[in-house]
Order: sequence, then C-alpha cells, then structure tokens
Amino acid sequence: MDARLDLAKAREWLRAAQSSAPAGASLEITAEENQAELTRFANNAIHQHVAESTLVLSVRAQFDQRTARASTHRLDATGILEVTDRAVRLTRSQAEDPELLPMAAPAGTSPTGVPSRYDEATAAITPTTRAEAVRAMVEVARERQLTAAGICATRQSRLGILNTHGVEAFHASTGAEFSVTMMAANSSGWAKGGGPAWHGLAPEAGARAAAEKACATADAIEVPAAPMTVILEPAAVLDLLGFLMWDFGALSVLDQRSFLSNRVGTKLFGDNVNIVDDVRHPLQTGAPFDGEGVPRQPVTLVENGWVRNLVYARQTAARAHAQPTGHGFPLPNEYGEGPVNLVFAGGATPVEAMIASTERGILVTRLWYIREVDPYQKILTGMTRDGTFLIENGRLSRGVRNFRFNQNMIALLNQIEALSPAVRASGEESMDMVVPALKVRDFNFTEVTRF
Amino acid sequence: MQEIAGWGLDAAVAAGAAYADVRVAEERHRSITTKNGKLGTAADNDSRGVGIRVLLDGAWGFAASDDCTRASVEATARRAAMIARASALVRQKDVRLAPEPVHHAVWVAPCAIDPFSVSVDDNLELLFAVDAELRSVPGVTLAEAQMNFQWQHQLFLSSQGSRIEQTRVLSGAGFVALAFANGDIQKRSYPNSFGGQYQLKGYELIHELRLLENARRVGEEAVALHRAIQCPQWNGTLILDSSQLGLQIHESVGHPIELDRVLGTEANFAGMSFLTLDNLRKLRYGSNLVNVVADARIEHGPGLGTFAYDDEGVAAQRADIIRDGEFVNYISSRETAAEIGEPRSNGAMRAEGWNRLPLVRMTNISIVPGPTPLGLEDLIADTEDGVYLETNRSWSIDDKRFNFQFGTEIGWEIKRGKRTRMVKNPSYSGITTEFWNSMDAICSAEHWTLWGTPNCGKGQPQQTMGTGHGAAPARFRNVKIGTAYGGAKP
Repeated sequence: MDARLDLAKAREWLRAAQSSAPAGASLEITAEENQAELTRFANNAIHQHVAESTLVLSVRAQFDQRTARASTHRLDATGILEVTDRAVRLTRSQAEDPELLPMAAPAGTSPTGVPSRYDEATAAITPTTRAEAVRAMVEVARERQLTAAGICATRQSRLGILNTHGVEAFHASTGAEFSVTMMAANSSGWAKGGGPAWHGLAPEAGARAAAEKACATADAIEVPAAPMTVILEPAAVLDLLGFLMWDFGALSVLDQRSFLSNRVGTKLFGDNVNIVDDVRHPLQTGAPFDGEGVPRQPVTLVENGWVRNLVYARQTAARAHAQPTGHGFPLPNEYGEGPVNLVFAGGATPVEAMIASTERGILVTRLWYIREVDPYQKILTGMTRDGTFLIENGRLSRGVRNFRFNQNMIALLNQIEALSPAVRASGEESMDMVVPALKVRDFNFTEVTRF
Repeated sequence: MQEIAGWGLDAAVAAGAAYADVRVAEERHRSITTKNGKLGTAADNDSRGVGIRVLLDGAWGFAASDDCTRASVEATARRAAMIARASALVRQKDVRLAPEPVHHAVWVAPCAIDPFSVSVDDNLELLFAVDAELRSVPGVTLAEAQMNFQWQHQLFLSSQGSRIEQTRVLSGAGFVALAFANGDIQKRSYPNSFGGQYQLKGYELIHELRLLENARRVGEEAVALHRAIQCPQWNGTLILDSSQLGLQIHESVGHPIELDRVLGTEANFAGMSFLTLDNLRKLRYGSNLVNVVADARIEHGPGLGTFAYDDEGVAAQRADIIRDGEFVNYISSRETAAEIGEPRSNGAMRAEGWNRLPLVRMTNISIVPGPTPLGLEDLIADTEDGVYLETNRSWSIDDKRFNFQFGTEIGWEIKRGKRTRMVKNPSYSGITTEFWNSMDAICSAEHWTLWGTPNCGKGQPQQTMGTGHGAAPARFRNVKIGTAYGGAKP
C-alpha cells in the first residue's frame, strides 16, 4: 500500500497546528504511520490473518511552563485544529513546572553510521507470500507428524517528530518476523526470527529447528528443582535482560525505584558482562532519535562488570547535570527514558561447546511469564517453555518438565561461565536485542510444573 | 457511522464474502498522572476507524483502517476479502459459526457522571492532594497517582442482518507509595495494583474510591514494611484479600477456560490450557465451595467485562463455569462453540479496538460469594495459624496454567485467630486444581468486590483487554508460602 506520511505532510500539519495555537506557544507534533499485516496459524492451518493501516497525529503544546498532549486519527483541517485545541486546553489546566525545559532545538551531534532500516521488498510483501511461508512451515510439521502454530508478519512504518523550534526528525522502517511452535503429543519446540527485512528470515529453517526440539524432548522426565548449571539460548537471555532495561534510565535512579540506586559506578557484575545501548549496531532496529527528536547516542552501560553510565532524556539530564543521550520518551511522561537498543557483548563459545563442557545441567530454549519479584534484589520469576533439555555428560540427553525459577539477576550476571557470539534475538517478553547465549552456574529453579 | 459501516459491509459482500461483519468505533481517552508533586502524563486521545471481518472460501480475513472515506472503507473491505483468499491456501477445514439470532439494539451503559464533563483542574486537584498526603509520611520516597477515563461508541453490522450500537464509559483511578531505604524498595497501592480500581462507571467511581481518605494509611504501610519480618517459607493456611483473589481467578480460571486456547489457536504465544475437552463436566476443579461464573450482563455489575453484545454480535450471557467445584463450561466464540458441538456461543468475543480482530476474552469471571454471613475479620478469627495477604505485587503462571506463583505487597501473620505481625515480600505458589480444591471458606456477598483488571494481554498482534473479577476474601489450606525468596538472595 502507498505511504500516507512523509516529511512534507508532517510539515504541513505542524503549520496547520501552529495557525490555531495561542501566540507564544511552542508546539511539537508526532506523526506515526503503521501498515502492519500478520498471518497467524495453528493446528496446521491459517486461522487469523489481519491487516491494519493507521496514521496518528499527536500534538504537544507548551507555554507558561506547562505542557500536555492530545492525539487524533482525524487528519483533515478540522481534525488538526480540534486536536491542537484539545492539547492547548489541557496544557492550560496543568500546574506550572519551573523545571520544564523549552522544547528541543535541532541537535548538533547525530550518530553516524545508522543503516537504512527500510526495505522496499518487505513493504511489498503480500498476504499470499506470507501464506506460502506458512505453508512451508506446516509442511515441516506434517513431515514429522507434528502440529504447528505461529505467525508471519510484515510491516512498514513512518515516524516524524517536528517542533516549532526547528526539530525535524523523520524515520521510515520496515519489519518482518516469524515465530513457530511445533507440538508433539507431549512436547514442543520453538523458534523465532525478526529484522528489518523479510529476505533472509528463513522461517522454514526455524520450523525445522523447532520440530527437532519438539521430537527430542518427547516424554519429558521430571528433574527436581534446584540450583543448576543452565545454558540459556539467546531468546531466554533477551527476555531476562529486558527486565533490567528500565533500571538504566536515569530518572528511575533519581526516583529510587531502580536496582541501580546507589550502585552506579560500582562493580556489580562479573568481568565478562559488557552492555551498551547502540542504535547504530547493524543488527539493531529502530529510529535514531528519541521521543523529542533528539539523536540517540551510543552509551556504555556496563563495562567489565562495572556500571558505568545511565541514559538521559533532556529533562532528566538537566536535573542530574548530565548530557542528554537521546533516550527520552515522548513528553509528558513519568518514566523519563530507557535504553531501547541493547547490545550484550558476546564471547567465543558456541552453544555446542557449552553443552560439551557441561557434566549435568539444563538447556533452556525460551522463558515465559517473567515478572519481577523484588525490585532492588532484582529477583525475577518465570517458567521455561518449548524445549527444555537435560544435559548429561556433555550432551543433550532428553527433555525435562518445565521449571519455575526465582533468580536474582545481579547474582546471575556474576555467575556467567561462558558466552556465545552475540546474535539478534527475538523473544516474547521484551523487544528484540543483540545478545549471546549464556552458560550460567547455580540458576535458581524452585518448582517443576506438570508438563 | 451507519454510512461508513454500510460501505464496508456492501463492499465485503460484493467481494464474495459468505459472512462479513463491520465495526465502526469512536473512542476518547483521558489519562492524567502525577508523580511527587508534578504532572506525570496529561493526554487526551481520540480514535476512530473501521474493522472489517470477512469469511470467504471457508477462511477468515480482517482489515482495518482509520481512513473512513468511502474509497478507503471499500478498499479495506476488498483487502479483507483478498486476505481471506490467501488464508484459504493453508486451511484444514471450512470455518463454521454457531447460530446466533439477528439483533437490532441500541445500548448505553449506565453512567451517573460523565467523566469528560469534569474538568482536568478538578482531576488534578484531587491527584495532587493525594500526592501531598502520601509524601507527608516520612519515609515515602515516591508517590504516584492516576486517573483514566474512556468513552467507547461502536456500531456493529453483520451480513446476517444484525445492527448493534453500544456506548460504554470506563473509569479508573488509584495511587502508589514507594519507600526506598537500606537497600530495599517497598510499595503499597490503593485500591489495587495496576493503577487502582477500574469499572464500567463514570466519575462516580472516583468519589466512591475515597482516594484521599486512604492515602495516609497506605503511605504509612509502605514505610512500615521496612520494619516487617520477611515472610517465612512454609506450607500453611493462606487468606487472600478480594483483589488478590480476583487476580488468582483471572490467571488460574479465566485464562484456562478460553476455548480458543483449549483448541490450540493460542499455542505459539499465550499458550494452551490444561482444561482439555475430556475434562468438561468431569474435572473437580475446586472444593464444593468454589462456584465461578462468566457473566457479561449488566445485572452482574459494572465490570470491565460488562456489555450487551460481544464484538461478533452475540448477546451478553451468564454461564456457570465451575459449579459446586465441578468444571462445567468454557467461554467461547461462534466458531469455537461450533467446533465442540455447542449450540451457541456464550458471547466472549472481544476486540481491543476497531483495528483488532475479536478474540475469545474473559468477560466478568467471578467467584460466587459464600451463602452465610462471613467477613474478613470473622475468617481471621476462625484461623488458628496462617497468613493474610493483600494486593498483588507479582504474578506468573505457566503456559498451560498449572503452576502459578504470586507475590503480594503486604501480609500479616495470623496466630490463634488474631492478625499479628506484618510480613514483607510475601508470596505463594501451587498447582491450579490443587489450590482451588484447598479452599475451605469464602466471605459473603457484602464483602464481594467486582475488580477491574485493565491490562490482560493476548493475541498476535497483542491486544490489551479489560476484564472483571468479582471476589471476596477466601481461605486456602496447606499452601506453599514464601517460595519466591527461597534461595534467591545473593
């Protein structure tokens, strides 16, 4: 489908909004177009298949040290005047905030080397192309007498943030994703992949990997829950790491709700933990600017186990006497900022070598329903799912029933024995990241479920 | 709206649909939050669009757009038809729908005070007063308060002749106090976590919640938790407050009874269910005291799952789910009901908005209160040794809904019929059916509250739905308590 949003259109809307705003008011508009399609299958058939086309205009007004936001899908002249009026009226109702900064001005320093994340071919993928990919995955299931469920999805998006102080940030992107669960009589396996382009996703290969896991974990045995050596595949690492992201936002530390409160600048993790936030990384996705249109800067969060830096929105940076890093959320908000392009540096140990070096342990494909039990000790709970193996004498021996864990993440990041090379990973509990597989000692399994 | 829906329906039928339905919806949403004496969020969002569902060649297609011009709506309908044809390339059998009478209805949910008629100034005055009261408690390091209001207006047309127009107003409010000290973060929320209480009501809900009157107590409890003992790890007697029992119902009854999960269509993401079809009308889900209903009717109360018709035009119903401990019913759609041979859907198809496909979702899944007068203090007085837990802090359950673990914000030991020492970081865990079979008491109707859970996630693309859960305090025996912290400390 043809694009509905471009920079010229966004400029036109900003001018239209400005024409109805009170004198002296600053305005910021955020225009976001999303054309997304998703093919969903289960029981070896497509059962849901959807498309949506949306274009939302959000207007933020700021004057007299006050700010507020209104949004609309009505993009004719009347709709734009009306949404501007609502933003202005809501702003007028706010209390003055003496610390509120003026809207952002065009930034001098932009990150260089951010690759294009828009792929024409992906934008042109049809429902039939996705259905054919599903058919190939279902064929893999039939060959192995399994039942397949999953998705194939494609999207194209455009995001523009412009303000009356001269900021003009615009980003077009595409995305593609597959996820597949293969189910046998009493076992299952899972694989997922995603990125800016459909080409190279290899859903059929993912289906074969998931099928192999489903077959290899059949007739799982119960292993008593206890602290054990685990090998966490990248999707499992990703979903755990996702629960640490918000703690690296400087406002959460100032608010004393981060586990990093009183711990920034300390050696908190093992020497082999290195985490950066870097929108330029070739395996990352996303816009190279934040919710105010400020360019994202690469930030070293953890270096050799030391907590080195946090990320800062403009407003938080002013409070903390730091430099903004381009990680702010759209204003006004109560959370400040967060890193959204995490890269956990990998090592040189392939998963196969991790298994070979393990006398007894558990290989985890995927985690599920992770929740925070304790915010400062950073204890997380959750379940293993869709491919949990017992490792005995350096090889995968058989499937085991799924475990519940209650794991202190600070401890986990001190108990890493080996890291694989980092890959782009997709999970279900967090956004995609670049992470390695990890071999971790004494992972705290506390219960076993019935399957 | 009638004109827009008509364009979509006509175009879908012209494109070859054997069945089609169109939802045109308008929504308005106001969200106001405060944090430590300052504004957090101030947002006023509106949305309008059309979603068209088409059954063609025995398979489904769905397309949605916020461009409501005639050309766009007709193109959206044709796209839904084209998608259905692509779906038919990989199908096992033709979709069949359980019959449903044709309905012509206009329904407006009761709302005493239109929340959008109340000024933002008034909203903020109350929120800042709550904020100040919380921060007046020494030791409170972070105070957050919020209000949320939604107005939803939807027209549903189907190719079978139904025309249903519904208007709902939803309100929610609450606050949280955090206290950070000595390497420990404790928090208390009111009246519930997840932002507070949410119901199908107008601004009258805000008055009923008595937010300001409860702020100081809640702030003091957040600070007092730092002096409380760690919840011990043992197997014992557990009493849950009604809000935590509401979430327990949501996770360990509401999700397992979704018939689409049972039939495998959520296997890749939300998971499946231990309630396979062979369990229907055979499984002893709970003790004889456990009676659970799915009830979307207004007679059940102003829940987030209350409506007159679901999003595929099926009339709201009440269905027994667990009767005297026996599992007797799923919640269903027209397609899933037909698949297991039920004569009719019990009306649980709900969509997050006009741009999402309806899915089988919880309506109001509620436990029936006890028949004889019994309050929380009576229940505690009747308990020799145990713990009483309040307000959810963490929640997790496996993808077939067997093994769960919950943490709550606060608890108290019970010794010889009296509430004694406060405990911090309480948690409990178990297996769903074992847990419900251990329930030996539930408080009566005057202690029953219809809680709103605003953040239930399901589906791909994921949809967030509000669900209702009526619950009263209840007692469970021989429960694993305190396991979340067992061995997890550094």
